[in-house]
Amino acid sequence: MHKSKAKMLQLIVTLSACAFLFVPTILSVMAGVTANYFQGISSGLTLKWVFRVWELYADSIFLSLWLAIACLFCTLLIGLPAAYGLARHPGWLSRILEEFISLPLAVPGLALALALLQLYGSMKGFRASWTFILVGHVLYTLPFMVRSILAVLAAIDLKTLEEGAATLGASPWQRFRDIVVPNAMPGILAGALTVVTLSIGEFNLTWMLHTPYLKTLPVGLADSYASMRLEVASAYTLVFFVLIVPLLMAMQWASARAQRIAQ
Amino acid sequence: MTLRLTNTAKTYPDGTKALMPTDLTVETGEVVSLLGPSGCGKTTLLRIIAGLETPDTGGEIWFDDDNVTAQPVERRNVGMVFQSYALFPNMSVGANVGYGLKMQKLSKPEIDARVTQVLEMCQLEKFSHRSISALSGGQRQRVALARAIAPRPRLLLLDEPLSALDAALRETLRDELAILLRKFQITAIFVTHDQDEAMAIADRVAVMAEGRVVQSGTPEELYRNPTSAFVAGFVGNAMQLHGTHDGMLLKLSGGVLPLGRDGTGQDIFVRAEDVLIDSSGPLKGQVETVTFLGTHYRVGIGGLMPEILISIFPGQSAPRIGETVQVSIKPESLMLLPQTGRGK
Repeated sequence: MHKSKAKMLQLIVTLSACAFLFVPTILSVMAGVTANYFQGISSGLTLKWVFRVWELYADSIFLSLWLAIACLFCTLLIGLPAAYGLARHPGWLSRILEEFISLPLAVPGLALALALLQLYGSMKGFRASWTFILVGHVLYTLPFMVRSILAVLAAIDLKTLEEGAATLGASPWQRFRDIVVPNAMPGILAGALTVVTLSIGEFNLTWMLHTPYLKTLPVGLADSYASMRLEVASAYTLVFFVLIVPLLMAMQWASARAQRIAQ
Repeated sequence: MTLRLTNTAKTYPDGTKALMPTDLTVETGEVVSLLGPSGCGKTTLLRIIAGLETPDTGGEIWFDDDNVTAQPVERRNVGMVFQSYALFPNMSVGANVGYGLKMQKLSKPEIDARVTQVLEMCQLEKFSHRSISALSGGQRQRVALARAIAPRPRLLLLDEPLSALDAALRETLRDELAILLRKFQITAIFVTHDQDEAMAIADRVAVMAEGRVVQSGTPEELYRNPTSAFVAGFVGNAMQLHGTHDGMLLKLSGGVLPLGRDGTGQDIFVRAEDVLIDSSGPLKGQVETVTFLGTHYRVGIGGLMPEILISIFPGQSAPRIGETVQVSIKPESLMLLPQTGRGK
């Protein structure tokens, strides 16, 4: 009897915690598919708000996806060689560099954006193009890519593996392609998913950097909350979820895998 | 292939002299071991030959008639077995062995045929598709060897190839390695700190200390005719007899030992198997330790000289601790070496 009481208590606490997390989400999603939120669910279910979001904000969705892919490309291009360099030359200088790369994590996105605006704001063409937001996203996501790859590379004896390949006749480039990249792959994958997820969800920095013609997904969300019907804003949340939740799950899976290897 | 090193030295940027100017020649098909304690420069020498370290200016490395001193490691066509094996975890056993062949741009069927052949020689044919992490230590060691010889290198280099294995396995694999190296008929250099390993595998042993080759010769030569106290001590654990010289005699605290020749200015060494417990022996001492080792006893005898003298006793009934024993040492089994002031 005593035991089952304790169990009941546990169950209640768990269920209330779940409710605390899920009810607002469900309500929000429900609002997005309800014909008229103020009349409640009795007014009927509809997808018209979702289509409305599509009509109004399809550009934002594509911009965000495009930015995320471009950001991934840039962080890979900079992050992989950087992590490789840091892993091959451990020492105090590498540690300082690593901290330096990680600095954007500690600085608030708004401050970062302000610095970018102060530095490049006067360059009109650049200021108004999507590449300006891209620069912000790369700055913000690069440390995640570098650290993720570095953790995996630090766990393997890269120097000896490369020497082994070298004695078998592999040139520096072949060693990088055949040994370094495949062995860093779990870190690259985990880093890539993190970068894409962060880039799609980034608001602070992007909000400061965006122009009326360049709204990303989260900026569009804020915009719809501020200026549209509640149903549209809620439908927008739904669209956002559909995009971001699978990415989040994949990211969890990939970083768990990378960590297993790094141990 | 004949390897020739002239005047090869290595000084690290911090000023450490890892290798003094060294000359070394390894004949075609010869298996040479670099033997020495850690920090003696043997691995540095091996890495210089491989091309993984650059020697100081003035040194030259010749593979037959090619001066390879300036060639990077990937162009030297050497096979190397690393202490940690350095197998590629992202490739299967077969892909590891085939990697060097792929780098030589052989055709796919050619690579497959050669990989199969080498795996068979190393008794690994069953493991071709396994991943590296699914192999035991001994299997990994064989894969590392197979990978190194598959591209038919001009020279095979082995850096402490057995040291990562446990003791029981090491002895079996040591003999296996000796057989395989003869089977490949390849010029090989192999680094070890274990004298038994060097003796078992090599045709010729180069003993190194403090960045120099101190003596080089067949295992028998080194064992029987060491030219320095260091070699006598390192190869076969010779003990120095501490006493006062008197021409043809050595006066020890346990008696007077005839040397059979003039020992003035010489340090005198003896090996444990040459110290005989013999009731007619001229020396007298007390048994302090007795260790049973299966085929023989190791008897520690005190009172002969300041240190304990070890004797190998092959008989059935060893003397007991505390017993007084007579000891004889044949003059011809004594090693008289130039005095260095320090012995082992």
